[in-house]
Amino acid sequence: MLTKRIIPCLDVRGTRVVKGVRFEGLQDVGDPVELASRYAENGADELCFLDVGATVDGEPTVLDLVRRVSRVLFVPFTVGGGIRSAEDARAALRAGADKVALNSAALSSPRLLQQLAEEFGSQCVVLSVDTREIDGRWRVTTHSATRLDGRECLEWAQEGIHLGAGEILLNVIDTDGGRRGFAVEITKRVAASVDVPVIASGGAGAVEHFVEVFRSTEASAALAASIFHDGSWTPRSLKKHLARHGIEVRP
Amino acid sequence: MIGVIDYGAGNLQSVTNALQHLELPSRSCVTPDDLARVDRLLLPGVGQFGAAVRRLAGNGLDEAILERVQAGVPLLGICLGLQLLFRQSDEAAGLMGLELLPGRTVRIEAKIVPHMGWNRVTLTRPCPLIDEGETSYFYFAHSYVAHLDWPQLLAGTTELDGREIPAIVGRERIWGVQFHPEKSGSAGLALLRRFAEC
Repeated sequence: MLTKRIIPCLDVRGTRVVKGVRFEGLQDVGDPVELASRYAENGADELCFLDVGATVDGEPTVLDLVRRVSRVLFVPFTVGGGIRSAEDARAALRAGADKVALNSAALSSPRLLQQLAEEFGSQCVVLSVDTREIDGRWRVTTHSATRLDGRECLEWAQEGIHLGAGEILLNVIDTDGGRRGFAVEITKRVAASVDVPVIASGGAGAVEHFVEVFRSTEASAALAASIFHDGSWTPRSLKKHLARHGIEVRP
Repeated sequence: MIGVIDYGAGNLQSVTNALQHLELPSRSCVTPDDLARVDRLLLPGVGQFGAAVRRLAGNGLDEAILERVQAGVPLLGICLGLQLLFRQSDEAAGLMGLELLPGRTVRIEAKIVPHMGWNRVTLTRPCPLIDEGETSYFYFAHSYVAHLDWPQLLAGTTELDGREIPAIVGRERIWGVQFHPEKSGSAGLALLRRFAEC
């Protein structure tokens, strides 16, 4: 049986992993390669590197990091944040990334999803959707959640999949960084309406939140940062807890 | 010396990195001549069956692979590399694979496709790639799956939505794994080492 995945997320700014609440007030957490290796040794099923500087500052993607990481990491990893063109995506995949996550770039050029799926296969193409609830509607936000896109979350996810995305990374801005639990309602709705894996993201602060999101939604994976960065849980200790609650995980 | 067949597949670097980590000598094979100097062949692959077939044929790698396999060189196909061992795929009607194993590949029937993540592999018969009696979790990421003409080619399965799907297939010196050993942590690295030593 396919297990639920636990994905530590490393927000990278320059050459360091940082953490912050809703992309603001960033603190240094450590070296990305060291952290990634430690998480992989401690049971991470996959890792996600998000270049949190790139889209805002116009910096290049973290290709050097991808190369360094892929030499020591033998679990899959996704790179996102600075993938703005087919060339960026191609370079990241060639450098050793398993998947690329597209957010703003896909919104401004949806055809990019199609192009990458045709070239590398849908399994490489993650559509990253930042969403927040505004007047009862789940809207898509862009540029590190600083701008509102006109689209609705669910419709955009479905369109992205139709174009070629093989996975949805659903990051709920309202709960992100708050450590008070995943946004179960919208995660449930998206996961039930699409036929590709959905990664729940935003709000994990305690193990119960993971139990809740896997019990109440069809999410295939959950992504979290601070719960691992602050050392309160390792992916493995978290998965032991999930297994005790009857959730299938890789031991 | 393991030859990693380089036809532009996305995961070539990951496979090479894993072999380097294991200190197994390897070289990437871009031309048919490169294949003459290796004693094991690794066929990686992610992406689309049709595009891969065209690229392999484009520079004569397909013929060179068949020649080397006939000469007794062991071959391991990974993910799309496994699918390329068969006759054809529903993903690209009309294009022929390497036809080293009888069968074809068909779209996965499951609620969620791609089949993506870690799944447990159970051996159905002894296989040189994994210790007998050992069950391990491996990382999968695929939308198509092998449909075998000969059930006896099956060596390992994994379960998806209550169905068994082929995870390891092969015979004698021709093997394919549907998962990614280069991305399956220590279990995957152990498999690659066994292939190098089989």
